[in-house]
Amino acid sequence: MFTYDFMQNAFAAAGIVSVVSGLIGFFLVLRAQTFAGHALSHVGFAGATGAVLFGLPPLWGLIALTLIAGVGMGLLGERLYQRDVAIGIVLAMSMGLGLLFLTFFTAYATQATALLFGNILGVDATTAWTLLALGIAALAALAAIARPLLFASLQPELAEAKGVSIRLVSVLFLAITALGVAECASIVGVLLVFALMVGPAAAAQRLTARFWHGILLSALLALAEAWFGLVLAYTTDWPASFWITAISGAVYLLAIAVGSLPAFRSAITAVVR
Amino acid sequence: MDDGPARRRYAGTEQPLIVNAVELAQVTLGFGDRTVLAGVDLAIRASEFVGVLGANGAGKTTLMRAILGLLPPRAGGIRVLGAAVTRGNPAVGYMPQMRAALDHVRLTGWDFVASGAAGHRWGLPLLDRSARRDIEWALDHVAAADLARRPLIETSGGERQRLLLAQALLGRPRLLLLDEPLISLDPHHQAAVVELTRSLQQELRIAVLFSAHELNPLLGALDRVLYLGRGHAALGTIDEVITGPVLSRLYGSDIDVVRVNGRIFVMSGGHDVERDAHQHDHHVHV
Repeated sequence: MFTYDFMQNAFAAAGIVSVVSGLIGFFLVLRAQTFAGHALSHVGFAGATGAVLFGLPPLWGLIALTLIAGVGMGLLGERLYQRDVAIGIVLAMSMGLGLLFLTFFTAYATQATALLFGNILGVDATTAWTLLALGIAALAALAAIARPLLFASLQPELAEAKGVSIRLVSVLFLAITALGVAECASIVGVLLVFALMVGPAAAAQRLTARFWHGILLSALLALAEAWFGLVLAYTTDWPASFWITAISGAVYLLAIAVGSLPAFRSAITAVVR
Repeated sequence: MDDGPARRRYAGTEQPLIVNAVELAQVTLGFGDRTVLAGVDLAIRASEFVGVLGANGAGKTTLMRAILGLLPPRAGGIRVLGAAVTRGNPAVGYMPQMRAALDHVRLTGWDFVASGAAGHRWGLPLLDRSARRDIEWALDHVAAADLARRPLIETSGGERQRLLLAQALLGRPRLLLLDEPLISLDPHHQAAVVELTRSLQQELRIAVLFSAHELNPLLGALDRVLYLGRGHAALGTIDEVITGPVLSRLYGSDIDVVRVNGRIFVMSGGHDVERDAHQHDHHVHV
């Protein structure tokens, strides 16, 4: 399996992206902002197709538009709260715009499928290196804001009183999320970003209540799900995105089941002690 | 900001022996086109337990936000522990109103409390030994060391208030601002929170501002009461402040104070105004 270049690239890219997604996703779930991740990926679709139209790599268009949208969402902050209709309309418009850009482009169908549902086996070495650089940038930024981010996520009023700029932290986090979403979308596609951004993090928070255990478990689950999905895609010849989303869903359901078992709970409590 | 009068008072003395916890000199507070407090003077002493009362929108939370440095006064000066008010003062502990969003947090109480330990600094949320000691100290003081091992989502309202109180104690503040700690607690848990706060206040010799809708749960624990209403403030002992004439001025209507079996009822035209306020106020942050 690893004798093929495209499989090596796929494993490298999936490894990078899943760890980045798992770590960012942990905060996304903690802040109950998972919908933001979903929204950003839809906006990114218009960016990616627009870039293709201008002969640029879709990843750059994806990043540009998710970043702009992420910063915008962060700046609007509370004003976006309970604006489901407005957000939904912007999302639909972005997808529609993406469709329009695609119709101007000749290789319509392949490009659309790749952007919507991912094309991990088509990742070349250059893209993998780009994903690595972006991933390191996103994680470095996340590490820099992690402490006030955690504080502001759990206790915004107190954090504000202690000198945290809630808005700055929120804008920075959504910018980081935008990078993560752009990375994730280039693996599993814009429609399936939830599978790597949210699934592993939500499962991890069901399995452990400790911050550090949770965030590391989230990254680990994301990595395992992405790689296992690739292995299954290789052996079955079914799409990798299908396997990754299927495993992500199964792991989440399993985590809910296991997390509510009394025996598991007491074992966890014992470990925490 | 003009904090002239208070500064002049301490001119020439490096370290005044007893510094008031909070001093307001002709302070006017408001936001938008609303004036919440107008020209208020008051001084909270260094180690007293003050209940902050008043109708919904009278300015209890607004006053706390001003003392935290989050809301600059429109006029007048605020001094906190002898210095001009600053945001992020480590000597001021704050417990905001409990948010419904905490119901869904799956992290342990320990991690929740720990997030407040120097949580304003950039970088990874790593804790050194002294930060851990501070967290253990705060949890021990609210008898929450055991319950802090449980996920927040599995704690009761009363237990969560103890964790919030522990978080407010991080950094060993000399002034504690507690915003409506009794909200949505049953009378039994209300009494427990008041008793715990009182014993902490006595043991640590700190000043506590404790806002509430109803006076009765706080009776017996308070040193003084600060009653807010219609832009005015009245600070004094319960016997000085909870009187018909004082409260009539704060409510702008005729108020009768009725005492029954050691409980006090503030009545306007035959109904209990504090209880009325309690019915429809749970999510208003004023």
